Amino acid sequence: MAGGHDQTGSRIGMWLFLYTEIILFGGLFVLYAAYFHEYPRAFAENGRELNRVIGAANTVLLLISSFTVAASLTALRQRAQRLCMGLLAVSLGCGALFLVNKYFEWGHKFAVGLYPNSPAMAGAPAGKNIFFGLYYVITGLHGLHVLIGMSLLALSLVLVHRQRITADRVTILENSGLYWHLVDLIWIFVFPLFYLIL
Amino acid sequence: MDSGEQHLSSFLSLALVLAALLALTGLTVAMSYVDLGRFNVPLTLGIAGTKVSLVLLYFMHLRYENRAVVYSFLGTIGFLAIMISFTFWDVAFR
Repeated sequence: MAGGHDQTGSRIGMWLFLYTEIILFGGLFVLYAAYFHEYPRAFAENGRELNRVIGAANTVLLLISSFTVAASLTALRQRAQRLCMGLLAVSLGCGALFLVNKYFEWGHKFAVGLYPNSPAMAGAPAGKNIFFGLYYVITGLHGLHVLIGMSLLALSLVLVHRQRITADRVTILENSGLYWHLVDLIWIFVFPLFYLIL
Repeated sequence: MDSGEQHLSSFLSLALVLAALLALTGLTVAMSYVDLGRFNVPLTLGIAGTKVSLVLLYFMHLRYENRAVVYSFLGTIGFLAIMISFTFWDVAFR
């Protein structure tokens, strides 16, 4: 608690913020579930348009990056500063690859005319429009979270390098890690809902 | 707990959790190629729930967290459950 630094308080504050994120995405998932109930066939049909292999690859990338973030905290606490920085760099790399995959995925959909209000979509049935509307909103908002999470991890990496984050003062890394794990959590639900259903 | 110190997870235990998460991902992708009828949705969501629990308990240290965090987290999940169940109460019997 040196210097009025309250690690437990900071962590509770971060968790409180994460609850608002859970409710934000929870609301979107409820919307998805309600429309899935109404248009089960359209959702199943259009879900097949999504590439399961890219989706699974992105899941693996996020899981590995979550592991390396958790491990970076252990490394730091064991005073292995270089290992900690290496693990954070791997996490950042995984996040970047995730976004590159997303870019190609969205790019492909735009190329075949599957975007809101495209000529192909304007005359399409309601179920298809709602499915892809939800797809763009939820994966888009999630992608934004990946960007923010990567910024926080990059900041942590710099601060570890400058020894502003140390084994005795881990709060920023710890809270950035919690945020990154939340991004992973949300994807764990997004992946089966959009890519694997059903 | 008083010092605010967090539990120190070993690299090995974190790696085991990652292995379990990757195995469950493989399972859920493999299952998506098989039509299990009405068990499709519950099984897929069950696996997702298991994965999420692993991340929360071990990567996010919820298992070793103080009571304020554990109970407030459960409260959030409780509100989420209320939101979902009341919505379906409406949607399913409309």
